[in-house]
Amino acid sequence: MTKVDILGVELKNPIIAASGTFGFGREFDEYFPIEKLGAISTKGLTLNKREGNKGIRIYETASGLMNSIGLQNPGVKGFIEDDLPFLEDKDVVILANLGGSTIDEYLEGIELLNNTSIDFIELNISCPNVKEGGMAFGIKCSTAELVVSEAKKVSKKPLIVKLSPNAENIQEMAYSCVEAGADGLSLVNTFNALAIDIYKRKPVFENVTAGLSGPCIKPIALRMVYEVSKVVNVPIIGIGGIISWKDAIEFIMAGATAVQVGSGNFIKPDITMDIINGIEDYMRQEGIKSLEEIRGII
Amino acid sequence: MKETYRKGIIHTNTEISPNIYELVLEGDFHGRPGQFYMLRGWEELDPFLPRPISIADIDSGKIKFLYEVRGRGTHIISKLKKGHSLSLLGPLGNGFDVKVEGKIALITGGIGIAPMLYLAKQLSGEVHIYSGFRNNAYFLDQIRPYVKAVNIATENGSVGHKGFVTDLFDPKDFDLVYACGPIPMLELVINMCKGITPVYVSMENHMACGIGACLGCTIQTIRGMERVCKEGPVFKGEEVVLND
Repeated sequence: MTKVDILGVELKNPIIAASGTFGFGREFDEYFPIEKLGAISTKGLTLNKREGNKGIRIYETASGLMNSIGLQNPGVKGFIEDDLPFLEDKDVVILANLGGSTIDEYLEGIELLNNTSIDFIELNISCPNVKEGGMAFGIKCSTAELVVSEAKKVSKKPLIVKLSPNAENIQEMAYSCVEAGADGLSLVNTFNALAIDIYKRKPVFENVTAGLSGPCIKPIALRMVYEVSKVVNVPIIGIGGIISWKDAIEFIMAGATAVQVGSGNFIKPDITMDIINGIEDYMRQEGIKSLEEIRGII
Repeated sequence: MKETYRKGIIHTNTEISPNIYELVLEGDFHGRPGQFYMLRGWEELDPFLPRPISIADIDSGKIKFLYEVRGRGTHIISKLKKGHSLSLLGPLGNGFDVKVEGKIALITGGIGIAPMLYLAKQLSGEVHIYSGFRNNAYFLDQIRPYVKAVNIATENGSVGHKGFVTDLFDPKDFDLVYACGPIPMLELVINMCKGITPVYVSMENHMACGIGACLGCTIQTIRGMERVCKEGPVFKGEEVVLND
């Protein structure tokens, strides 16, 4: 009933664990069978291993949190050797989230991922916390087009481009990425934000700014998904503060084919299971046979 | 499968010293000394994240937490009364090794005393505790029956030695040291023990998930960045890189 199709790949349901909030699934698999998820987006990968940022990495805000993890990850090779086998043993769709600081880094990463069993590459042009995270590519349409078109040339996997809400114009950005070859879009990544320690009289984060996520960004993320859905004809994965089945349905009505749950995973490890069950109950009550019936009805 | 958040019913929630609360919940909870639970004392989305609090004791169908009111989350928890419930996830983290012998020093600063009652109860060697506080000493009366000696320091001199707890302690007198408290104290203890006595420290950090996924609570170790919630919170002193 809850099945959705993204570019020919069937997801059991529209709920995807968002990159950076779910590791590679191991920790959560201790609390619920991660195979029940529609898909998993991996921790953001870069070509080479990264230690991540120093100083405070997590800071709570009203109905949300700021993070500056800095893409701590084992590198694409490390992922393929140590983490992918665990996920391959599970019957779950995999998005490999890939960031980069140069186009060459993206391309080398894609080439390594081409020869694996992953289902999608989620091209991260939107991590705000490291210059290697690619947000530099996600602000202006011209630079985004460049990296997406080059990535599309080498990628043998369907390419989903993860957009930054910090883009100058989200509709133009989405349109540019699709024109450049994006097979799908996921949005939004975190909002660039600031917190100040008034007693130390300096920013909380060593990088000064950090990425804001959680329910506090949901209405803005929802608006962006709605706007983007009006200008592109590729599958959209909605992201931003989804912590309940109602949130998920809103994003689907705004035009999303599937949604990602991020910060919500921190307040309850199996929150995604509650969301999936809630969607099923809602569909039954409302007599909805397929989510296609309500997709983009707004 | 591990159990996700479950409810605990409050038996008592008492301010035992200014801003320091002892919370006792009813229920069949388990865990080792040094492990912690994520606590959520509210239904709303705000505060957004649960709070990591270490186990102070587990005994006959009850679990005890000792916590300091530091922000909105702990403030809300401090207002909860007998019969109220809160949500808990745990036990989490590695905890202290209790299968050790010899003469053991427990060194605490402030609320770092929290895991030491449960730890002292399970240690079989000769245990001495050194506890430092800013103004008022607390919780030591409960620990006293399980240790050979209690040493106290306060910054204002109101109880025990005036100064830092590290003034009182000589690592040469011990076979093993367990410490929990503010980073500057842990750093000093690690340096004092270097080459003399093995020391293990319980670290803390801002946490989001508590289960090892978000990488928000990592600290620098000689092996690279490690998660306080998963590889820790107890680390071998010489493996922690504090001054970078």
